[in-house]
Amino acid sequence: MLLLYAPETDEAGERERWGEMPLWLEVTESLRAAGVLIANGPLSPPRSATTLRVRGGAVELTDGPFAETREHLAGYYLLRCADLDEALRHAARLPMARYGAIEVRPIAEVP
Amino acid sequence: MTEDDARAAVARAFREERTSVLATLIRQTGDFGLAEDAVQDAFAAALVTWRRDGVPDRPGAWLLVAARRRAIDLARRSRSQHERAARLAASLDPDAPAEEPDPIGDDRLRLIFTCCHPALDLPARVALTLRTVGGLTTGEIARAFLVAEPTMGKRLVRAKHKIAEAGIRYRVPEADELPARLRGVLRVVYVVFTAGYAPADGDRAVRAEMCAEAIRLGRLLCELLPAETEAWALLSLMLLHDARRAARTDPDGRFVPLDRQDRGRWDRARIGEGLAALRRADRPGPYQLQAAIAALHLTERTDWGAIAALYDRLCELAPSPVAEVSRAVAAGFADGPATGLTLLEPLLAAPAMRDYQPLHAAHAELLRRTGDRAGAAAAYRRAIELTGNAVERAELLRRYNDVQNGGAPATVR
Repeated sequence: MLLLYAPETDEAGERERWGEMPLWLEVTESLRAAGVLIANGPLSPPRSATTLRVRGGAVELTDGPFAETREHLAGYYLLRCADLDEALRHAARLPMARYGAIEVRPIAEVP
Repeated sequence: MTEDDARAAVARAFREERTSVLATLIRQTGDFGLAEDAVQDAFAAALVTWRRDGVPDRPGAWLLVAARRRAIDLARRSRSQHERAARLAASLDPDAPAEEPDPIGDDRLRLIFTCCHPALDLPARVALTLRTVGGLTTGEIARAFLVAEPTMGKRLVRAKHKIAEAGIRYRVPEADELPARLRGVLRVVYVVFTAGYAPADGDRAVRAEMCAEAIRLGRLLCELLPAETEAWALLSLMLLHDARRAARTDPDGRFVPLDRQDRGRWDRARIGEGLAALRRADRPGPYQLQAAIAALHLTERTDWGAIAALYDRLCELAPSPVAEVSRAVAAGFADGPATGLTLLEPLLAAPAMRDYQPLHAAHAELLRRTGDRAGAAAAYRRAIELTGNAVERAELLRRYNDVQNGGAPATVR
């Protein structure tokens, strides 16, 4: 699993990054051709994130990405949901929600 | 029709129809910002057209059709959203008649629940509700919450982005999630009321326009969800507090505690409406208990025993610092200051409560009543340090000087 991290940028920086789309496609296509690629996708920006925790049996939501550094990324689920509420309902069922946190973010639509 | 008549008609339509028109257009376009711009333009167009042609029979329907046409124009014009505009144009028929309002799936209710979605942080929910449901300007909201206007503008833009990007759907929650989500909505309304009734900062004791807006939102919720007893209870609580607004400060702007207020300045009509709303709230709940307490405070001889008992229930049902402190104050009047001080002890020991101003003000008052003037003075000093509201500070200073000088003890609720 390759996890991609990006520094925040402004609108001009965003445009510059989108300008590199051919490079991304080239890598992706070559991985697909080699039979290595299972799945990939761009996440929508951190401002679209909601972090879910279940504490004392109650769902707690935070507006924004998961921000603590002492926990580590432990796994992922990729779900097809109608809306955020549905995704949050599924996320709240994961045992890790009771002691860790689940960050919920949509896969971005590629324009 | 004269310009003044047209202006008055548009102003009335703004008050009565704006929220519905905007709520419906947001559902149809799926875009908060676009819908807001289009509705604003529709009101501007109404001013010109109504003056020329007279006010239409159904101003709301006229405005919705005008706003929908404008939304299509605006979407077509913004190049970056070309594809979306095409989709929008295809899905919106500019000549379609305005829909009849649907009482069950009222768009205003969808709008309220979307603005108060728990995936938005509380300040964003409050700002978005005031802007979108209440129709307040960004500047008005910024002033009420003491933030710079550009900061409030960014908060609103961010909230709208989050709704669009995170997939927050424009809907009324299902029956099984409604109770929890409604609690969140009521909390937003109460935050608006509190920002008006007890501003944490600034020079005034009350910002009446925020109280009025919160009451308007409360009435709307009762109209849309008449079976929800806590919505009625919140409306009652706000009305009973607001009824005493004029009596809470003297002509010099100084704070007047409840037991010294001129009852002739209380708003009898508001009290009547508040008590009627309380009768609709016939199930115990956090707001129902607080409204019942507010109603008890209106009686000539305060029944502190009954008030303390209601606070006991409130602390069980919805524990909060403010409820715990108020319970200690009520018990201090019902059973003597020593009982109140015992109840405050665990709060005073809690690190999280160290900077909680009402705790120190209540502590000072109870110590004063036991005759511990030095202790009371120290607690008043702490409370004064922690208050940012000028009216509140003046009152605390007055009490502080009283204990320092050994003057006649001030009475305090």
